[in-house]
Amino acid sequence: MGSVLTIKNINVYYGAIHAIKGISFDVNKGEIVTLIGANGAGKSTTLHTVSGLMRSKTGDIEFLGSSIARTPAHKIVEKGISHVPEGRRIFQGMTVEENLQMGAFVSKPDRIAHNLEYVYEQFPRLKERTKQIAGTLSGGEQQMLAMGRALMSDPRLLMLDEPSMGLAPILVDQIFEIIQNLNKAGTTILLVEQNAQMALSVAHRAYVIETGRITLSGTGAELAQSEEVKKAYLGG
Amino acid sequence: MNFLTNLISGLSLGSVYAIIALGYTMVYGISKMLNFAHGDIIMIGGYVSFVLTMYVGMNGWVALLVAMVVCTLLGILIERLAYRPLRGTGSLAVLITAIGVSYFLQNSALLIWGANPRVFPSLFEGINTIHAAGGKLTIAPVSLFTILANILIMIVLTLFVNRTKAGKAMRAVSEDNGAAQLMGINVNQSISLTFAIGSGLAAVAGVLMCSAYPVLMPTTGAMPGIKAFTAAVFGGIGSIPGAMIGGLILGIIEIFSRAYISTELSDAIVFACLIIVLLVKPTGLLGKKVSEKV
Repeated sequence: MGSVLTIKNINVYYGAIHAIKGISFDVNKGEIVTLIGANGAGKSTTLHTVSGLMRSKTGDIEFLGSSIARTPAHKIVEKGISHVPEGRRIFQGMTVEENLQMGAFVSKPDRIAHNLEYVYEQFPRLKERTKQIAGTLSGGEQQMLAMGRALMSDPRLLMLDEPSMGLAPILVDQIFEIIQNLNKAGTTILLVEQNAQMALSVAHRAYVIETGRITLSGTGAELAQSEEVKKAYLGG
Repeated sequence: MNFLTNLISGLSLGSVYAIIALGYTMVYGISKMLNFAHGDIIMIGGYVSFVLTMYVGMNGWVALLVAMVVCTLLGILIERLAYRPLRGTGSLAVLITAIGVSYFLQNSALLIWGANPRVFPSLFEGINTIHAAGGKLTIAPVSLFTILANILIMIVLTLFVNRTKAGKAMRAVSEDNGAAQLMGINVNQSISLTFAIGSGLAAVAGVLMCSAYPVLMPTTGAMPGIKAFTAAVFGGIGSIPGAMIGGLILGIIEIFSRAYISTELSDAIVFACLIIVLLVKPTGLLGKKVSEKV
């Protein structure tokens, strides 16, 4: 099990605010790794730094053995990292099909049909709605579209930011089932969640982030049993 | 029949506004900035075409093509040098820079070509005015061509934006710059392309406008620039069909005000109409409601 993503001592600032204070962790091939923590702890910022939308002042980010810390965001997708941002951020004015085409922006033409089939297989609801304007989809469907769009580029690493946000419990279960299916099919996943219970139940390993630092780490099961985690994040 | 003649003049002037407004609206859509130097690109296009036909002896249509290339490159250069370094800073800084670029272009033209108005050689010299309906309806060839050119540009642009990969990428960047980067879209390239298209079209608008109203000065682009900006807002800034409708309506209102009300008041009436539209529908006729992301 080789390392897919290695984060070494990154420090990220929003102007004068020191948002990420020396975080290091890694994600191995075939794993689901989750980052849990309160709102504003720095989970999303970490993902933004990996995908190149934000920059770290120090340290390094290695993906499949080479540094991507200075690679522009649009080139990082090409290297095999897909990021489903918080709030889905699908292209509201475009159709479902056009959104998926945008997801395949860097894909080789001969892979697109294959990937589209795979996405429709994972999300049959999208197939029924190819010509619908994305902004008119329900919240759950929009999440599926955001995930499907991210899968169109054949990612080696899929980063999901709060996929359960704003969804009814039954849809949350469904989304997590899909996450596990994707993982079983071979996709390595880095998952950021406020729903710590769900996240820990599917994750191989987990890190707890508090105010820009990693305070705890372990397997999903270990952290789910930890007294500190129970008290702070599982409402126990 | 006077009414029809006026209507055609209005549509023709409106088509010029619409072609200019496209540049404003597309640039606004993709980079959320008002490029107030856009009007002056029209003037540069006019001068380039003027110099090539009068001094180099080039055919007017070839000169138009060269002017388009020059303006396209100029648009890309302005974006790269003046606006790109400011991306991510406040919109006020970009707005002030755009006004600065506008003055820079006007004064450069003043330095190169002087302040004297030049008489622009019409693209349609030697082509007779069309008389119809027993001589009561007159159509200038430039009017007819401008209207047709506008329709063609709208069709091609709509197809480009909806059907091609580069066009769809432009729409994606317009909707959500960050998400577009996460798709692997090179945002800088998309924005450059938008400036290129807008500036190339400005050259077309400049030559057509100067063919109809043949006075060329360094400030020639300023007023049509402001009017086209008004047209873009009128139709809903960021919307391509909005720019077309806004431009045409504005042109018709202007010509009709001149013909039936007062030449002096025509600009005031145009801007009054803008104010009324914005009072009733602040996003413009076809503007989308801006939904703030949480």
